[in-house]
Amino acid sequence: MGAFAAPALSLSGITVRYRGAALFDGLDFAASGAGLTALLGTSGVGKSTLLRIAAGLVAPQTGRVEAAAPISLMAQDDALAPWADAVANVTLGACLRGEAADPARARRLLNAVGLGDLPGLPATWSGGMRKRVALARLLYEDRPIALLDEPFSALDALTRADIHALAARLLEGRLALLVTHDPLEALALADRIVVLSGAPAKIALDEAPPLRAHAALRDALDPGLRRLHARILLALERAP
Amino acid sequence: MKAALSAIAVLLVLVAIWQALDLALGLPAYILPSPAETWRAGMAQGGFILDNALITLGEMALGFLAGSLLGIVAALTMAAATPVRLVLRPVLVASQAIPVFALAPLFVVWMGYGLAPKIAITALVIFFPVAIAFADGLRRTPPALLEAAHVMAGRGWRARWRTLRHVALPAALPALATGLRLGAGVAAIAAVIGEWAGASSGLGYLMLWANARSQVPLMFAALIALFVLAIAFSALIDILSRRLTPWIAETD
Repeated sequence: MGAFAAPALSLSGITVRYRGAALFDGLDFAASGAGLTALLGTSGVGKSTLLRIAAGLVAPQTGRVEAAAPISLMAQDDALAPWADAVANVTLGACLRGEAADPARARRLLNAVGLGDLPGLPATWSGGMRKRVALARLLYEDRPIALLDEPFSALDALTRADIHALAARLLEGRLALLVTHDPLEALALADRIVVLSGAPAKIALDEAPPLRAHAALRDALDPGLRRLHARILLALERAP
Repeated sequence: MKAALSAIAVLLVLVAIWQALDLALGLPAYILPSPAETWRAGMAQGGFILDNALITLGEMALGFLAGSLLGIVAALTMAAATPVRLVLRPVLVASQAIPVFALAPLFVVWMGYGLAPKIAITALVIFFPVAIAFADGLRRTPPALLEAAHVMAGRGWRARWRTLRHVALPAALPALATGLRLGAGVAAIAAVIGEWAGASSGLGYLMLWANARSQVPLMFAALIALFVLAIAFSALIDILSRRLTPWIAETD
C-alpha cells in the first residue's frame, strides 16, 4: 500500500436514471485518507448502486468517478467460488490477474479472520464462515480502498457484531466505505457517517461521531451518541 | 445401491408384465416372443449379438466424443467472442429443429456404409445439447461472483480471458455435465438411426436383419441388448460427468 499514501475516492455529478426515475441527480461524494465511512440509507435509496458505481461495475449516465488507488469489493453475496476451497477462494484474485498465488499468506489471513485451517468447500461452511473467508479474500487483495456492500447483513446479530469488530480492526489504515441500513452498526464502526435519503437521493447528513464509537457503544448512554443516533433516524425518514 | 436395487425391481416387474401379456394373449413367437424364447434366441446367437453391440457401442462412443468436443469448443467460442455468439446461437437453436431421421440418408450418401456416417449422425445429435447447455452455463455465472471477479481481475482482454478461464468456465461445468448427460441419453438412438439408414453391422442392422427373416425372438434380444447398452452408456457418462463437478452435493 506504500505507493498510495493517501487513498482517495471521489464521485462528482453522478446522475443515474432507472426506468425514468432519477436515482441520483448530480450527487457529489468524496472521501480521502484512512478511515471507515458508513453510507446509510433506507432500502432502495441507491446506496448499493453508488458503491457499484465507485467500484466501476456500473457506469453513471453522467458524472465522474475517480479512485486515487486500487479498490477491492466485498458484496452482500459473499461471491465465493463453490468449487474452490478456502485458500483457493482467498487467492482467486491472484489467479485472475495472472499472478502467482501465495497460499501461505492466504492461510495467515484465514487465521487472522479466526478460521484457522478451514477444510471443505463453501457449501459445507456456515454463513459466518463464508463471510470470514470473503473478508480474508478482501484482505488478500490488499487494496488501499475497500468497498463493503452490506456484507454482513444476512448474519445473525451476534455473529454480525463479532465480524464487524474484526473487519473494522483488520481494515484499519485503509479507506473503507461500508454500505449499511443499520444506524447502530454505523455508530459502532464508522469514523464518518453519511446518510443518503430522498429520490433522487441526496446526502442528508454527513458527520463524524464525537468519539471512536467502538468503545463508546458499550456505554450506550453516551449522550452525544444518542443524540446523533436520533438525528440519523430522523435523516433516514426525511421525506423527499 | 438403492438406485440399482430399485432399477432391478422395475426390470423384474417389466419382465413379469411381459410374461403375463404373453400368457394372456397367447401370441405366437413371430409376433410376441415370451421372455424365455427371447432369452434362448439371445443365448443361441450371443456372439453375433455381442459383435454387433460392440460396433454400435463404438459408434456411440466415438460420436459422443466428437459431438461433445465440438459442442464444448462451440460454446467456448461463443463465450469468448460476442459476435460469434450472436451469429451462431440462432443457427444452433434453429438447426435443432431439423429431424436427424431426414438427414441420415444424406450422410450415408456422402460418407458411405461404414462407421463414418453413424459417428457423424451421433456427433450431430449430441453436439446440440452439449453446445447449448454449456453456452448457457457460461453466460449464467452467478452475478455476484462475476462482479467480484471483474473488480479483482481489472481491465483488458487478458483480464476477461482469465475471468472466463477461472470463474465462468468452472461455474458452467454443472451445465456442461447436464448437456453431456442429455447427449449420452440419445447416443444409442442416433447410432441406430444411422444404422437404419444403411449399414452392414451394428444392433440396428441386426434388428432389421432379424426382422427381414421373421426371427422376432432375435429381434427382441437385439432390442434388449440395445437397451442395456444405452443404459450402461448413460450411467458411465453420468458417473464421469459427476467427476467434473465434485462440489455439487448429491441430494437423494
